[in-house]
Amino acid sequence: MTSPILEASGVTMQFGGLRALNDVSFGLAEGEVIGLIGPNGAGKTTLFNCLTGLYAPTSGTVSSRGTPLPHDPARVTEQGVARTFQNIRLFPSMTAEENVLVGRHVRMKQSPIISLLHGPGFRKSEREARERTAELLEFVGLARFSDELARNLPYGDQRRLEIARALATDPSVLLLDEPTAGMNAQETEATRQLIFAIRMLGTSVVVIEHDTKFIFTLCDRVLVLVQGEVLVEGTPDEVRGDPRVIEAYLGAPPDEVEAQIHEAEETQ
Amino acid sequence: MLSTLLSQIVNGLVLGSLIGLIALGYTMVYGIVQLINFAHGEIFMVGAYGGLAMFTYLLPTALKNHWYFALPILLIVGAAVSVLVAVAMERLAYRPLRGAPRLAPLITALGVSVALQEAVRVFYPNATAAVPFPTIFVPGTLIIPIGDGIPIKYSAILLVVVALALAYALNTFVERSRMGRAMRATAQDPDVARLMGVDPDRVIVLTFVLGGALAGVGGILYGGLYNTINIDMGFQNGIFAFTAAVLGGIGNIRGAVVGGLAIGLVKALGGQYLPGGTAYDYVWIFVVLIVVLVFRPQGFFGETERVRA
Repeated sequence: MTSPILEASGVTMQFGGLRALNDVSFGLAEGEVIGLIGPNGAGKTTLFNCLTGLYAPTSGTVSSRGTPLPHDPARVTEQGVARTFQNIRLFPSMTAEENVLVGRHVRMKQSPIISLLHGPGFRKSEREARERTAELLEFVGLARFSDELARNLPYGDQRRLEIARALATDPSVLLLDEPTAGMNAQETEATRQLIFAIRMLGTSVVVIEHDTKFIFTLCDRVLVLVQGEVLVEGTPDEVRGDPRVIEAYLGAPPDEVEAQIHEAEETQ
Repeated sequence: MLSTLLSQIVNGLVLGSLIGLIALGYTMVYGIVQLINFAHGEIFMVGAYGGLAMFTYLLPTALKNHWYFALPILLIVGAAVSVLVAVAMERLAYRPLRGAPRLAPLITALGVSVALQEAVRVFYPNATAAVPFPTIFVPGTLIIPIGDGIPIKYSAILLVVVALALAYALNTFVERSRMGRAMRATAQDPDVARLMGVDPDRVIVLTFVLGGALAGVGGILYGGLYNTINIDMGFQNGIFAFTAAVLGGIGNIRGAVVGGLAIGLVKALGGQYLPGGTAYDYVWIFVVLIVVLVFRPQGFFGETERVRA
């Protein structure tokens, strides 16, 4: 078996006295879709931050195809891991097209001097980037908003634009952090269709969602994270019937833990 | 009457183009790292001295009298000297302070400004007083035949044309190139830009390189126009340029050029027509600044304060 396209082994993240992640390990195979569920404050976004190099884990490693990933988001993106954010982080004063073009950054070659002189290499690379951008905007259903400033887009479209921007980096792994959060029923449905379509492209995906029904229909495997630890891991059927999962979800959500994590993250 | 007015408008546009060229450096650096780089005026000054050194000590006499040789060489050398100093300044003075409280790099910028002035005073021959600068372009003055004639030096025409062309090229670069978009993305959300694969160090260095090159070219054109340079030229014009950047909306490229032209015009026309004459022209510049900031605190083209997640 080939080594996983994304692998966390023994990832522990300590913020002061708080252990947000404790010895988390999992592997993502090529083309696989993993759902990450768990109560608020379980450490799901913290795990994403470790996977993308935003945080350097206190211990443990994150690797891709057997090579460890650097703790440098720019280089992690270059190696094919892209993500979206729980709270939308677009470039508000750039158009939809430009946002996606920034996503193309690592896949474009342009020397600044040639760009200033508008040389032939520059024009070719701009044209290719714009063609790819147009395809992606079409794919997420935003072609008509190409020249609209990101901040003027409706909420659901902003989330989809984030997905297009992440796809523009040609990721082999896409991390989606609550892609349907805050959406109305119609937008949620459209976004789910989109994620199914991304799955069809063969991109490996890790998706954080609260809606377990959606996760269970979409994913090959599900990871349940509770208080920074992997409580259960398995196929949707295995996870669905596990009494520990039901307890974790029905038991009191550890609000205090969540508050502590946020506090600790902000002081980082 | 009319020709006086038009002459002053011409003077204003010439000075304004120069100020706009310098203001671009202030506004870009502020846009990316939120630092008011008070030493940027000195980058303009060292460009002029670098070009002059090249002209005086290295340029073969045979080439000195042919502007089509001397001018491009001086522009390139001036820009190169400014870029080198700007990049060294970023590396040695500002980069170690990244992430420090804002006041630290600001005070450092003032320190760098003084250090550069003093370095030129100490090490450049006879720099304690103003030094003469060659014209390096077609000498003489064009008289536009309106009214009593409106004089404009050829060197002044050159300055306006080069300044506006460079501003246009810069704007195009920032609007539609890979690194230009990376610069804007970094200005808007540095963390996410990093996650899109943008290396912030590269963006910051590029910002100082572009600002330095424009300032260096400005320094040469200034010397060629006024035929004298001194170590205070950076401070004086730097303050105007900083004001222009604020007036136009700091962080905004078009704003810097428009702000520069506005300040040039206010200085020229205020000195001519407002009470107090040229002795008060500085006053009018800052009166305009204050009035604009009262009614439009973000400047002409600035955006209102963004909420950052």
